[in-house]
Amino acid sequence: MNTSERLGAFAHAGLRKAAGLNWILVILVCIAAGVGVLALYSVSGGQFEPWANTHAKRFVAGIGLMFIVAFFPIEFWRRMAVPIYLASLVLLVFVEFAGETGMGARRWIDLGFFNLQPSELVKVSLVLLLAAFYNQLGARNVSHPVWTIAAATIVIVPVYLVMRQPDLGTAALIAIGGATVMFVAGVSLYYFAGVVIIAIGAAYRVLASRGTDWQLLRDYQFRRIDVFLDPASDPLGAGYHIMQSKIALASGGLTGRGFLQGTQSQLNFLPEKHTDFVYTTLAEEFGLIWGLVIIAFFGAIVFYCIGFAVRCKNRFRSVLVLGLSATFFLYFSTNIAMVTGLVPVVGVPLPFISYGGSAMMVLLFTFGLIQSAHIQDKLEQS
Amino acid sequence: MMADPVDRRQKDLERFKRRAFLLAGAQAAILIGLASRLTDLQVTNSSEYRLLAEKNRINYRIIPPQRGLIYDRNGAVLAENLRNYRILLVPEEANDVEAVLDNLGRILPISRYERQKKLEEISRQKGFVPVVVAEHANWEQVAAVSVNAPALPGISADLGNSRIYPFEDDFAHIVGYVGLVNENELDNPNDQDPVLQLPEFQIGKTGIEKSLDQELRGKAGTRKIEVNVHGRVMRELDRTVPHSGKDVQLTVDQRLQHYTLARLGKDAACAVIMDVWNGDLLVVASSPSFDPNKFSGGELSQAEFDELVSNPNRPLVSRTVQGSYPPASTFKMITALTALEEGLVGPEDIFECDGTYEASNRIFHCWSRQGHGSVNLFKSLGQSCDVYYYNLAQLAGIEKITAMGRRFGFGVRPGIPLPGAAQGLLPTKEWKRINRGSPWLAGDTLNAGIGQGFVLASAVQIAVMTARLATGLAIEPRLIRTTGNSMLEIGGISPVGVTEGNLNLVRSGMFAVVNEKKGTAYDSRSVSQESVFAGKTGTSQNRNITLAERRRGLKKNEDLPWNQRDHALFCGYIPYAEPRYAVAVIVEHGGGGSAVAAPIARDLLLRSYYGKLPPLEAYPEDIRPQVRREQQELDLRQPTRPESGSIRA
Repeated sequence: MNTSERLGAFAHAGLRKAAGLNWILVILVCIAAGVGVLALYSVSGGQFEPWANTHAKRFVAGIGLMFIVAFFPIEFWRRMAVPIYLASLVLLVFVEFAGETGMGARRWIDLGFFNLQPSELVKVSLVLLLAAFYNQLGARNVSHPVWTIAAATIVIVPVYLVMRQPDLGTAALIAIGGATVMFVAGVSLYYFAGVVIIAIGAAYRVLASRGTDWQLLRDYQFRRIDVFLDPASDPLGAGYHIMQSKIALASGGLTGRGFLQGTQSQLNFLPEKHTDFVYTTLAEEFGLIWGLVIIAFFGAIVFYCIGFAVRCKNRFRSVLVLGLSATFFLYFSTNIAMVTGLVPVVGVPLPFISYGGSAMMVLLFTFGLIQSAHIQDKLEQS
Repeated sequence: MMADPVDRRQKDLERFKRRAFLLAGAQAAILIGLASRLTDLQVTNSSEYRLLAEKNRINYRIIPPQRGLIYDRNGAVLAENLRNYRILLVPEEANDVEAVLDNLGRILPISRYERQKKLEEISRQKGFVPVVVAEHANWEQVAAVSVNAPALPGISADLGNSRIYPFEDDFAHIVGYVGLVNENELDNPNDQDPVLQLPEFQIGKTGIEKSLDQELRGKAGTRKIEVNVHGRVMRELDRTVPHSGKDVQLTVDQRLQHYTLARLGKDAACAVIMDVWNGDLLVVASSPSFDPNKFSGGELSQAEFDELVSNPNRPLVSRTVQGSYPPASTFKMITALTALEEGLVGPEDIFECDGTYEASNRIFHCWSRQGHGSVNLFKSLGQSCDVYYYNLAQLAGIEKITAMGRRFGFGVRPGIPLPGAAQGLLPTKEWKRINRGSPWLAGDTLNAGIGQGFVLASAVQIAVMTARLATGLAIEPRLIRTTGNSMLEIGGISPVGVTEGNLNLVRSGMFAVVNEKKGTAYDSRSVSQESVFAGKTGTSQNRNITLAERRRGLKKNEDLPWNQRDHALFCGYIPYAEPRYAVAVIVEHGGGGSAVAAPIARDLLLRSYYGKLPPLEAYPEDIRPQVRREQQELDLRQPTRPESGSIRA
């Protein structure tokens, strides 16, 4: 083949792949990011600086990343599962020693363009590895104790490292994400029942350890639990976040205060308004109706992915897409539960909307993988 | 048993689908949970949080009203609001406060002490609260600050209001001054105006500024503003406009007042000039005075304040209004009218005066030691014979005298809105029993008959008496001409209730005081036909002269220490034929009324009558050179306050 033929073949393959892209998903993702830009424009008082601008740029870079990831064959990513997983573990260890400190915890590595947060990366690499693992394992050995322990170890190592940062919330989410993959992969329900029993026992031990020399959580983590149970107990201190968030939601009401009119967020009463609490800003300014629309919208993305996962021709791709969408679900639902005071404040961003480089890159990497799986599916169909 | 691989794959796929379905179901349930939670927070149970949201952000700010101005009767501004340029520093905008202050120091001088004070103030407050680093900056300095803005981050100029009294000392006692609200005033249950809470708000402390404070103050406006979590103002939501205070026009004549104070000089003295037609107080002057600007502007140093307080002449006291003095011989008209009205004496009834009068085994002296000989009413007033009035007082009795005194305004607090206006005192038997715990003595009546003893009156009261004598009408003193746009009504003035014939007798006696050769104020007469005036001298004893002292030989007044010397008084009205102006002058410890008070009163009467510096032709020829010299020496320069950096508000 001469050069032009090569180019032609390449273009042909590219076109076929582009045809295999799930454009609906691309559009949904773009809408989500658009809402994010809008929200960040609002929280900075109607300005593109300092957040909305960067957010939009990151999204454009991220969507590029997504296409690149999508155009690599899914088999390539399956083979890369182990290296990526190990790399993310290395980064997690590295952040222990060289990471920047944010809000009292070491969580990210400064890469210049954005701060890489290895714990974000782990969310994806873990799902990828588990999907590959169960693909390799075959249906027969899914619930075999040895392999189940092996899978659990794959989950527990990053969970432990993230806990060390310390970032209990993310650690818990990674654990739940891993467990979800194991669940859909078909691991026997007895294991889950056992884990739940152990978890309850452990929670009891942790709470009982409070105030002793060997207490298992840091003081601020205990305080967060307290404040979660009764935010009004410390409205200006640890309960401040959640009180102000609730006030903002209430002030939004059914129809909202109007774009740029949210008093709580515009007037800085709302903390972390551009990151973890950005949903509150949206709900305050646009009201309950649009708040519900956002929830439904995220739900739609997840269910769309689940539908695709169920129809997948390949077990690896099914588990992978389901696991990734479950992770996505986990993050946005935890964030909304957090700002509405249903779960403790754990520091989880709202996907596509909260300001943050790592989360954006990892999210689009996630959707790149899903697209890659979709392309492969389309190729096999035709 | 080995299952069929295909069958196994099928089962595996079904399990996967089942679990995917379970997962989706769980997720849907979670989403419904979130949605209902959100509904609950945003709509169902939002009211309490909504309230908290309002509290979070809404703040009320008070906009101070513009204080009303105070004018004299001709429209001269006695108290005004000047806008003064202040230089403000917002610390958080100045990256390096010290460096900015250094740069600013090149434009307007900041002393090291001030600088230290400002730095302390800055460190105490939040970074966005502006700190006043300089006041009363002039226009050049403001311009320089604007031009050098890049080198002065955080510095801005702003207009503040300050109360200015352009005539300085002249109206200190009448107009008074304003000052910052103190704690007592904040706690005053009758005045809970929220504007008082403003840290820089000033309210009236003395004088009209105090007594008409409510009118002058106006009504504060409010600004409903939205603040952020730090209290920084984000935007204005609503505004009610402040209503400026009412302007107040006084009856005083600024130029006449200025002349009066200049004429009184540095002595402890006071003077009142009244328009007898309507009771308008044209002059209410107390000397020495002080500069109220120093009080309102807060520029008064501790040393200056100490000096004012410890000064034996007590500049802070309005002796015109607050001071009570024995009216002395100026009271004799009252005693005379009492006796005449009661029909106890006729105008030609004669009493012999040999310099003494004996009653209740006590000797009472006439001021003239050799006596006045045969004295009728005309001569008694003209030469101010004490013995004549001892006789009258004894005939009339104290109750009758005080009753007549009250008709002429003695013992009655004048209805002028000045704080601490003296009521004076008209003693009765009852009063003495209660207040002194001793019975009334015959000698008390005699002393009262010549305006000594317990009788006390303020200069305003003596002027009121003079006006009533001159007109026969119950003239009331008046200090406020208009407040806001409403002219104060003068009610119908009722007659004072004394027969005109008797009044004329007394008036002719007062004419004699000034215009008869032996009259006690003959030297202070007017020789111009048109400006002939009448009056009465008074010399009020400031101490009891003991018998022993009298035996040793009476000391001359000049030999006494200053604060034991007599007060000199004079009251009079001009012109005699058709009275227009009444004057009362008191010179504390000045000595004799005829020598000290009468010349001052003469000048004030003539100045009022002519409306300008009295022409020399009005003065007797022999004293014209002296009068001319006095007129030339009179310091009539108006104070000129530097207008720099200030514009009229």
